Amino acid sequence: MTTLMLEGILLTIITAATPLLFASIGELVTERSGVLNLGVEGMMAMGAVVGFAVAHSTGNIALGVVGAIVAGMAMAALFGVVTLIFVANQVASGLALTLFGLGLSGLIGDAFVGVPGAGLARVSIPGLSDLPVVGLLFRLDPLTYLAVAITIAVSWFLFRMRGGLILRAVGDSHVSAHALGYSVIRVRFMAVLFGGACAGLAGAYLSLVYTPQWTQAMTAGRGWIALALVVFATWLPGRVVIGALLFGGVSILQLHAQALGVGVPSQFLSALPYLTTIVVLVIISRNRALVRANTPAALGQSFVPDR
Amino acid sequence: MRVELVRRSERSAAMAYLSPLLALLLTLIGGALIVIVWRLSTVDLSNPASGGFFGALQQGFVDYGRFLYVFFIEPLTELWSLEELVAKATPIILVAIGLSLCYLSNTWNIGAEGQIAVGAITGSFLPIFFPDWHGPFMLPAMLILGMLGGMAYAAIPALLKIRFGTNEILTSLMLVYVAQLFLDYLARGPWRNPAGHNFPDSRAFDGGQILPTLFDTNIRISLIFVFVAAFAAWFLMRWTKMGFQIKVLGQAPRAGAFAGFSQSRMVLITFLISGALAGLAGISEVAGPVGQLRTTVSPGYGFTAIIVAFLGRLNPIGAIFAGFLLALSYLGGEGAQIALGMSDQTTRVFQGMLLFFVLACDSFIFYRLQIVRTPVMQTGTVAS
Repeated sequence: MTTLMLEGILLTIITAATPLLFASIGELVTERSGVLNLGVEGMMAMGAVVGFAVAHSTGNIALGVVGAIVAGMAMAALFGVVTLIFVANQVASGLALTLFGLGLSGLIGDAFVGVPGAGLARVSIPGLSDLPVVGLLFRLDPLTYLAVAITIAVSWFLFRMRGGLILRAVGDSHVSAHALGYSVIRVRFMAVLFGGACAGLAGAYLSLVYTPQWTQAMTAGRGWIALALVVFATWLPGRVVIGALLFGGVSILQLHAQALGVGVPSQFLSALPYLTTIVVLVIISRNRALVRANTPAALGQSFVPDR
Repeated sequence: MRVELVRRSERSAAMAYLSPLLALLLTLIGGALIVIVWRLSTVDLSNPASGGFFGALQQGFVDYGRFLYVFFIEPLTELWSLEELVAKATPIILVAIGLSLCYLSNTWNIGAEGQIAVGAITGSFLPIFFPDWHGPFMLPAMLILGMLGGMAYAAIPALLKIRFGTNEILTSLMLVYVAQLFLDYLARGPWRNPAGHNFPDSRAFDGGQILPTLFDTNIRISLIFVFVAAFAAWFLMRWTKMGFQIKVLGQAPRAGAFAGFSQSRMVLITFLISGALAGLAGISEVAGPVGQLRTTVSPGYGFTAIIVAFLGRLNPIGAIFAGFLLALSYLGGEGAQIALGMSDQTTRVFQGMLLFFVLACDSFIFYRLQIVRTPVMQTGTVAS
C-alpha cells in the first residue's frame, strides 16, 4: 500500500517536472548561444493551444504534438527576426512574445474552452516495468521519455560535438566566433528555434498529458519557472533535470497539502512554487563564482556583423 | 542582392518620431490578418450559403472595417467612453513613467502588476479597519500607504539583486504571482465584507475614502497625479544629476562606474520610484473606479505599462500619449467582443503585436536598411 502511494506521488512529480524539463532544456540551448528569450511562457501557451486544437480536430495526438512544435517554432522565429535581424532589445522582445503568445493562445483557444481532450496513453517497457519501485520509470508517457532523450542529446551535443562547441563559442564571444568565420546570426537563429520547439512540446505536454484540456492561461507561470531553472542549473543540462524534479515536487507537495486540507490558506500553498523559485535563485546567485563559470559571456547582447 | 542592416553615423531624429507611427501601421496590418483569419475560421466553408472562401474573405474585410471602427473610433465618440478612456489610461501611464526610468537605467522591473496589487492592499488597510474615518487626511494617508507598499514590494527584487546578484527580471515577475495570490486571500478571507452576502469583496469605500472627481465628470483627480509624475520625471531626466546618472549607467555602465556612479544605488532608486508609482496606481484604482478591494484590482495594467514605456520612447511625456493609445486598446477589445463576438484576448494580441513592432522599428533609429548588390566576379560566377 505504502509503496503504491509512494509510486503514485513519484509519478505525479515526474509528470509535473516534464513540461519544466522540456521548456528549460530548450531555453538552455538558446541561452548557451547568447540569446535570452523571455518569451518561453508565450511560446508554451501557443504550443498548448495549437497542440490541443490539432489533436482535437484530427483525433491524432501525435499530430497535435507536431502542431505544438511548429507553433512554438513559429513564435520563436518571430522573436528571432526581431532580436537577431532587427537587433531589438532581447528582454523587451521576450516580454512582447509572452504577452502576444498569451493573448493569441486565448484568441485561438476560445473555441476549445470546456472541450474534453483525450490524454496520451502510457507506454510500458516490457520486462523493466515490472521491477519493484524503479519499474515506474518504465511506465511513463512517451513525451516524458522524449524529454529525457532530448536532455541527454543536448548534453552530448553541447559538450561532445563540434556543433555544440561552435554554439557555445557564439554564446561566449560572438565577435571571436564571427572572426573565425561562423555565422553568429544563423547559429543563434537555430538555437532560438530549438528553444521554441521545446517550449511548444512543454505546452503540448500540459494540454495533452498533464491536464488534457485547454484553459485560458493554463501555463500558469511555468515558462518563467523554466527560465529560473536554467539559472538554477547554471546552464548545465544534467542539473536541469534535478531542478525540474525539485519544482515538480514542490508543486505536487502543495497540491497534496491543499487536498489534505492543511490549516494554511490555499493561496499561500499556491504561492509556494513561486516563492521557492525566488529562494532558489537567491541561493544559486549568492555563489557568484559558480554562476559566472558557466554563464554564456555574451548572454543578452545583440550582434551586428561588421561586414 | 540582399538587404543589410547598416549602422547610421548618428541617430536619426526623424525615425525617433516616425518609428512608433510605423509600428502602429504594421500593427494595423497584423490586426487585419488576425481578424480575417479569425473570420475564415468561424465560417463553414463547405456550406454554400456562406459564399465559399471568397465570400468569407470578403466578410473578413468587412469585419476588419467594423473592427477598426469599434476599436479606434467608437470609444472616442461618446462622453462616457472618453471618461472611461481616461480612467483606464491613468494607472497605465503612472506605472509606465516609473518603468521608463527603470528601463533607461537598464534595470528590469517587470513586476509592476504585483506592486499595483500590494499598493492596493496597503492603501486599503485604513478604510477597511477604520471605516468611519473620513477626515481630510484620510485620502492622503491612504495614497501614501499605497505608495509605501508598492515601494516596499519593489525593494525586494532590488535588494536581492544588489545583495546577491539575483536576476531582478525573474524575481520581480515571480512576486507578481505571490502578490496576486495574497490579494485573493485577503479579499476572500479576512478582509471580506462581513455584510457582503459572501461576495469576495471588501466593504465599499465611501465619502472621504474615495478620490474626488474633476469638473462634473467621472474623471478622478488621479489624472492630476499623472501630469505631476510625468513633469517630475521629465525634470529629473532633463535637469538633474541623477537623471544624467540614470542615462549614463543605462547606456554605458562601465563609463558610469569609472565616473563613480553607483549601479546598486541606481537599481534601488529606480525600483523604489517605479514601485511607488505602481502602488499609487493600485490604491488609486481601489479608491477610485473600483471603490473597494477585490480579488483582482488590475486587468494587466502593470504589463501594459511595459509596452507604454517603450512605445513612449522611455520618455515620461511620450508615455502619456502611448498610455492613451493602449487604454484605447482595452476599450476597443471590449467593443470587438460585443460587436464581433471576438475573444476578450484581442486586446492582448494587439498589445503584444504593437510592442513587437515598436521594438523592431526602433532599430531604424540607429540602423538603416541597405540593399547590397551582389558583386559579379570576373569568372562570371556569383559570390554569395
